[in-house]
Amino acid sequence: MLHIVNKSPLSNTALDSCLRVAKSGDILLIEDAVYAATSGNAFEGKIREAMGRFKIYVLKPDLEARGLADRIIEGVSPVDYGGFVELTTNNNNCQSWL
Amino acid sequence: MSDVKKFMFVNRKAPYGTIYALESLEVVLITAAFDQDVSLVFLDDGVYQLKKGQQTKGIETKNFSPAYRALEGYDIEKLYVEKESMEARGLTEDDLLVDVTVLGRAEMGELMDQQDVVLSF
Repeated sequence: MLHIVNKSPLSNTALDSCLRVAKSGDILLIEDAVYAATSGNAFEGKIREAMGRFKIYVLKPDLEARGLADRIIEGVSPVDYGGFVELTTNNNNCQSWL
Repeated sequence: MSDVKKFMFVNRKAPYGTIYALESLEVVLITAAFDQDVSLVFLDDGVYQLKKGQQTKGIETKNFSPAYRALEGYDIEKLYVEKESMEARGLTEDDLLVDVTVLGRAEMGELMDQQDVVLSF
């Protein structure tokens, strides 16, 4: 299962809910959720903890737009739009945590 | 001028994910045209609006961050960032694209109390 999250972890509970409920699989952080993948943010600990159960990806164009492409948490994998499509096709299904 | 009011714009949303940050900027510029006493406050995810190095080509959206640097030209020079919000996001003053005054939450609250009009985005 691919879990797609698009809300900032510090102003919305979507990513928290995803990590609480989902068991394993891939997580793709897009739009304002990319802030979760940046080092030094208050959600970093939870991302690191989740790496044991999930493979975590972040959409690079969204990080670049926000001026944060140079501070991705180690272990989170940046993907481009092509990588986004591959993730959706490599998984049997996906869920958007709106 | 006795009819000058103290306007505060409270920005709490990250840029690009929603339209709030851009809309706030538009209203700020309109207010400036009326020669009011304008303060901009950046709290919570609003601090991200001021992050240096925004490159929006990849998301095909207008990069409006240079506009914050132009505010000075409209006599909008009171920019405040809440210290706690900045730190929770792993950011420092050096990460911001404009000079700001960093305030703790208590000082920020006092500043809010002094306003005539507070607009939230």
